[in-house]
Amino acid sequence: MIAELTQLLINGLLSGTLLAVPAIGFTAIYAVLRFPNFAVASHATIGAYAGFIANVWFGLPAWVALLAAFIAAGIVGVVSDELVLRRLRSSGPMTVAIASVALTIVLENLVRFSFGNDLLGYDLPVLRDWRFSGLRVGPQQLQNAAAAAAAMAALFLFLAFTRTGKMMRAVADNPMLAALKGIDALTVARLANFAGMGLAGFGGMLIGLDTSIDPLTGFRVMLSVFAAAVVGGLGSIPGAVLGAFVVGVGEELSLVVLDPSYRTAVGFVAILVVLSFRPRGLLGERAY
Amino acid sequence: MENYLLAMAVFAGFYALMALGLNVIFGLAGMINLGLVGFFAIGAYASALLTVKLHWPLLAGWGAALLLSALAGAIVALITARLKGDYLAIVTLGFAEVIRLAASNEIWLTGGTDGISAIPGPWRGMATPFQFNLIFAVIVWLVVCATGLLLGRLSTSPFGRVLRAIREDEMVASVAGKPVLRFKVQAFTVGAGVLGLAGALYGHYNAYIAPDGFQPLITIYVVLALTAGGTGTMRGAILGAILVVFLTEGTRFLGGAMSGLKPVQIAAVREGLIGAALILVLYVRPQGLLPEKTRILSLETP
Repeated sequence: MIAELTQLLINGLLSGTLLAVPAIGFTAIYAVLRFPNFAVASHATIGAYAGFIANVWFGLPAWVALLAAFIAAGIVGVVSDELVLRRLRSSGPMTVAIASVALTIVLENLVRFSFGNDLLGYDLPVLRDWRFSGLRVGPQQLQNAAAAAAAMAALFLFLAFTRTGKMMRAVADNPMLAALKGIDALTVARLANFAGMGLAGFGGMLIGLDTSIDPLTGFRVMLSVFAAAVVGGLGSIPGAVLGAFVVGVGEELSLVVLDPSYRTAVGFVAILVVLSFRPRGLLGERAY
Repeated sequence: MENYLLAMAVFAGFYALMALGLNVIFGLAGMINLGLVGFFAIGAYASALLTVKLHWPLLAGWGAALLLSALAGAIVALITARLKGDYLAIVTLGFAEVIRLAASNEIWLTGGTDGISAIPGPWRGMATPFQFNLIFAVIVWLVVCATGLLLGRLSTSPFGRVLRAIREDEMVASVAGKPVLRFKVQAFTVGAGVLGLAGALYGHYNAYIAPDGFQPLITIYVVLALTAGGTGTMRGAILGAILVVFLTEGTRFLGGAMSGLKPVQIAAVREGLIGAALILVLYVRPQGLLPEKTRILSLETP
């Protein structure tokens, strides 16, 4: 029983690390632009497919493909924001949120149009699981978690120590004051979109590396990603990481009492519980 | 061909009813609901199960569907009504997915992904398919007109005025002494009930329901219908629903013109066009074809 729980805990921490990446993307865009950008779902899918093209069509190793996933999803994020969402921002956050749902449907169907509905797999060496004292860890999962941790560390260094990173934090903290200081809101918005959607794409490919990808890859994990961001506190990057661990571990531990098919419902329950008792999330700002 | 047109009229009626329900929640009270297909599903399953398994009469099933989804709406609203719209958007989106998850997995109750079949319909079996379609079209549009009239009265009543005040500025409404939270929960409850009624009618028309019939895309259809018709007006909601059915069916004929494409590609083009249409409407005419007329008090008193 103890070994079983430890196994679930390890699985939960590993999947939480993966969830954290798109959750940070979602929450970072929210922090700067102040609306929930549901198009994160399709950008995760686009990242997964960009990585697939780099890895399978061009035969590049997985870590290069991950960079391709980041850049491709980031570029699509900036372009789609320029073309679709930016000019709607004056109509209020809810209008943009609705438009982002429409955008995600358009992008998802672009992927479906190009690649069909079939499951596709990455070209990876098959590795044997490591076993020690009854516990099982897949080297691939461990590598994925390490890649996710590296991406998060890079983002942290960028936000903490670079001038551009500080600009982004300033706008997220107080847009009016940032504007007074001469920070160009549009540049920061583009950067936030590039980084946020890039992370969504990076996370989408990481999640695909575990199994296989199809046009609904991003959409399927979205409930867990939104849950991670909301549980941690919308707009807070440390919150998104914490929320991802809560949701990831919660989803795995739920297997003890629940049918596996209800895994994704755990995130929703976590949202309801946290919002009922702590409406601003674990580490977030005010929700109302 | 007549059958096809009647079936389209019936579906336009379902969308109109859903758009009316959404209009109370989003159009009047300004609360976003991206999970309206979840309430639609609750209504569909409630009425189908009660009539198929417990042999309730149709009207009782429809009434129960309305009440049950209204109850679900009240619960969702009670938990979330205090929150900002961003959170409400995420919670409602999650709600619809959880309902679909439960419908696919509680096999003992819902039949899982096989769904429920042989749901009774009014005079089904006794009438020819054409007569059945005609009967159902009349029923659905009677319900749409009755609901539209009732909700229209509601929106011009003092209750509706408070909802619009809350939509425009919650703070002002609460300073004026209105219990904002109670009004929001009531609006959500009424709207969810109408959505559930639409679901019940859909199940009895289709004779078959399954979790696949409650995709998030339906939510987008209805949001598009309401936005295109005119958020805040009941006539707009109905007009928008008719337009959406024209659009989705029009793209079906487009499929014939795209003969070089695989079926999955045609399906992708059709779904993508719906999303693009919603974005276009938000750009070109965000107030809709029949915009809400608000009376603005003139400040320059003579």
